[in-house]
Amino acid sequence: MAVPRRPTGGGATAWARWAWRTLTSMRTAVLLLLALALAAVPGSLLPQRGVAFDPGAVTRFNRDNPTLGPWLDRLGFFEVYSSPWFAAIYLLLMVSMTGCVLPRAARLWESARAEPPRAPTNLARLDDHRRATVTVERAQVLQAAAVHLRARRFRVVVDEHSVRAEKGYLREVGNLVFHLSLLVLLFGVAIGSLFGFEGRVIVVEGASFTNTRLQYDEFTPGPLTDAEALTPFSLTLDDFTAEFETSGPQRGSARDFQADVTVLRTPGGASEAVTVKVNHPLRVEGTKVFLTGNGYAPVVSVRDGRGQTVFTGPVVFAPVDGNLSSEGVIKIPDAQPTQLGFEGFFLPTASIDPQVGPRSLYPDLLDPQLLLTAYTGDLGLADGAPQSVFRLDKSDLTQVMTGDEPFARALAPGESMTLPDGQGTLTFESVSRFANFQIAQDPGKETALAAAVALLLGLTVSLAVRRRRIWIRVTDTPTGGAFTLEAATYALTRRGPVPDELSSVLAALPGTEPAGTDPSPHDRED
Amino acid sequence: MPTPLLAELSDRLIYSAIAVYALAMLTYAYQAARRSQSPAQRSRLVEAVAVGGPSASPAPPPNPAAVSRPAPAARRPERIAAALTTLAFVLHLAGVLARGLAASRAPWGNMYEFTTAATLAATAAYLVFLRRQPVRDLGVWILALVTLSLGLAVTVLYTPAGDLVPALNSYWLVIHVAAAIIAGGVFTVGAAATALYLLRRRADARDAGVAVAGYAGRLPAARTLEDIAHTAHLFAFPVWTFAVLAGAIWAEDSWGRYWGWDPKETWAFITWVLYAAYLHAQSTAGWRGTKAGWLALAGYAAFLFNFVGVNLFINGLHSYAGV
Ligand code: HEM
Repeated sequence: MAVPRRPTGGGATAWARWAWRTLTSMRTAVLLLLALALAAVPGSLLPQRGVAFDPGAVTRFNRDNPTLGPWLDRLGFFEVYSSPWFAAIYLLLMVSMTGCVLPRAARLWESARAEPPRAPTNLARLDDHRRATVTVERAQVLQAAAVHLRARRFRVVVDEHSVRAEKGYLREVGNLVFHLSLLVLLFGVAIGSLFGFEGRVIVVEGASFTNTRLQYDEFTPGPLTDAEALTPFSLTLDDFTAEFETSGPQRGSARDFQADVTVLRTPGGASEAVTVKVNHPLRVEGTKVFLTGNGYAPVVSVRDGRGQTVFTGPVVFAPVDGNLSSEGVIKIPDAQPTQLGFEGFFLPTASIDPQVGPRSLYPDLLDPQLLLTAYTGDLGLADGAPQSVFRLDKSDLTQVMTGDEPFARALAPGESMTLPDGQGTLTFESVSRFANFQIAQDPGKETALAAAVALLLGLTVSLAVRRRRIWIRVTDTPTGGAFTLEAATYALTRRGPVPDELSSVLAALPGTEPAGTDPSPHDRED
Repeated sequence: MPTPLLAELSDRLIYSAIAVYALAMLTYAYQAARRSQSPAQRSRLVEAVAVGGPSASPAPPPNPAAVSRPAPAARRPERIAAALTTLAFVLHLAGVLARGLAASRAPWGNMYEFTTAATLAATAAYLVFLRRQPVRDLGVWILALVTLSLGLAVTVLYTPAGDLVPALNSYWLVIHVAAAIIAGGVFTVGAAATALYLLRRRADARDAGVAVAGYAGRLPAARTLEDIAHTAHLFAFPVWTFAVLAGAIWAEDSWGRYWGWDPKETWAFITWVLYAAYLHAQSTAGWRGTKAGWLALAGYAAFLFNFVGVNLFINGLHSYAGV
């Protein structure tokens, strides 16, 4: 549909009509698609807030680029895919598409009920054109052509001089289904992000998790999520096993992770033992529990300056590399007379190289060691401000020293260390493993999947089917005792007519001799 | 056969394939250089061959369409090149299969394997097209790309055969990556045809009306190249769509969300949108032809970047594939 450059006529309606026709033109569709592709680029190059794998990236970027950072932030470059300009592009695209495709569907509906149109006067100008001489009754030839075409599921109309036939309406149907399922897909995505949630939790072997908001380490609800009505299940991590490649060049690569858990699908219900693995989530109603990571939690016990045991249990250390070198802190707020804090590394297979510092050489527990330094003073937990469990707030803490050196010890399981001046004792009892679970609910997922399937089917049909017309016409007056037959096909799609379709029609006609073909507009080599 | 032997065999086969690909490419290049000679030079050549050869070929018909059709003797290098390509393909295929057997899994679990499989798909697509479309002029370019990529694969990207990290251990990996590889192979044919189409269009525009000389002038007609490109893209686009959707299903199963704008997902989306723009442009007045061609090349660039750039330069969930 050609759109005039400017509105024709005056007044608001003329402008509105012109704007609508411009918006729904194919040219606009191409431009909007191009804009969408370009707009998606910065989000892959700049750190993004919503993207899970590195939550600290935006903060770091802003620290490194103090002038550029805030500007990018203001313009939404750290949340590209939820920014107003990105939304503007895809919403415009959806409107444009609907406005473009629906009228096409209406036209399709009409043309599918109407008869195939009359043959153009000059058939020779069409995609494929043949002539033949006919020595039998005209009606007989036309009838044979109609039978042949009907058998090939053409819609056929026979009149006195000609047969007209059309096929491939399914292509437009496919095109329509494809485009409209984009709308449904977007709807499914929207439902998911409005009503769903995503959360992360770390569970140590032996510990439990109940699906309430407060138990999550990180919880990201949608704007309309009812966070008080989460599926009320709970699970206990009984055992976590990890297998690693033990030899060869890929030694240390992860090979299998398995979390054995006990699930209570409903409070007070029967418990059930299940295995959660990577790519094999646990499903509880609409909620899915995915295993996304793992690491170590050294089990320690701490006695304070009074000699009382003030802490016993596992402490999660965060892995920092592929061999599970892990960093962490131990906070003992109940210690008297002063609170205690420890900071350091856990190494499953320790190597303490003075050059590169402490690190693990292999992810499994071949030579586990806990390396700690100690602090005394105020941990800063009393004011209620949230604090990272992986970091000490050192503003009111003093490092424990021996002489001029910071106090530091490397412990194997079973070993203890006593702080100078009897400030406390820490014992490294054993090692537990922990699992990271990602827990998600997405109520729009089924809609999105259905839309995706429809999209693929519609697309395949619209690209595979060729809509085309065939006309066959026999002249009134015989020349030299024979009538002349003209046949032509016309493709309504960019792909051109089906090769040899016309020839097979002609071959099926009685008493018909080909009388030379016109070369097709673009002769192929070979 | 024990696994290390199979892995070794796979490596040898890939090396041999590279050598034969290089030969095939040189043969195509030789042919292209010969065809780029002026028509006058060439017709002298044809006559000389026709007179001297044992089976005198008939005089070239006056039909203008036939002028660009080389005489049988002149086409011999082309046949040799096609045979070499087929041979290299068979070696390459055997290499990829041996790798899969050595690791007892689908042979596309890291960048090295992905490269060998994707280049295999590109050659396969080319050979399939060669049977039914006039695509031999694409040969030199596609083989150059394949040889270069395989060369990089065995030198820079090489990873010994081994098991997969747990995240990749899923049958959705097999499906998703297989679809991506097939789409990539056919997109490669599409991109090569589009690039030659753009060259040919430029030459046509420059020498309007005159018989065009030089390399571009000896290429198939612009319309033919455009049709080849369009056919390739029409086939590859739904396959790519399927690859993206299968990837989303896999992501849902392993990370708990089907779409998270991870860089790899983002570039798959960009590729998809650019090719959608290309398909629209093909039905849009004012965009058909050259502009649409650039959109298709942009789509291919995004596809390549997703594979090379995103794996190597951008950190994301997908970057565990192992270089
Ligand atoms: C949301 C983004 C869109 C995507 C991903 C998309 C994708 C596609 C694809 C893949 C095709 C098949 C091309 C072919 O048959 O050759 C197509 C065809 C078509 N699209 Fe879209 N489209 C989108 C938006 C639009 C918009 C905004 C319009 C109208 C303004 C539109 C109108 C059409 C029409 C009319 C066709 C049929 C073209 C023909 O007859 O060849 N589409 N679209």
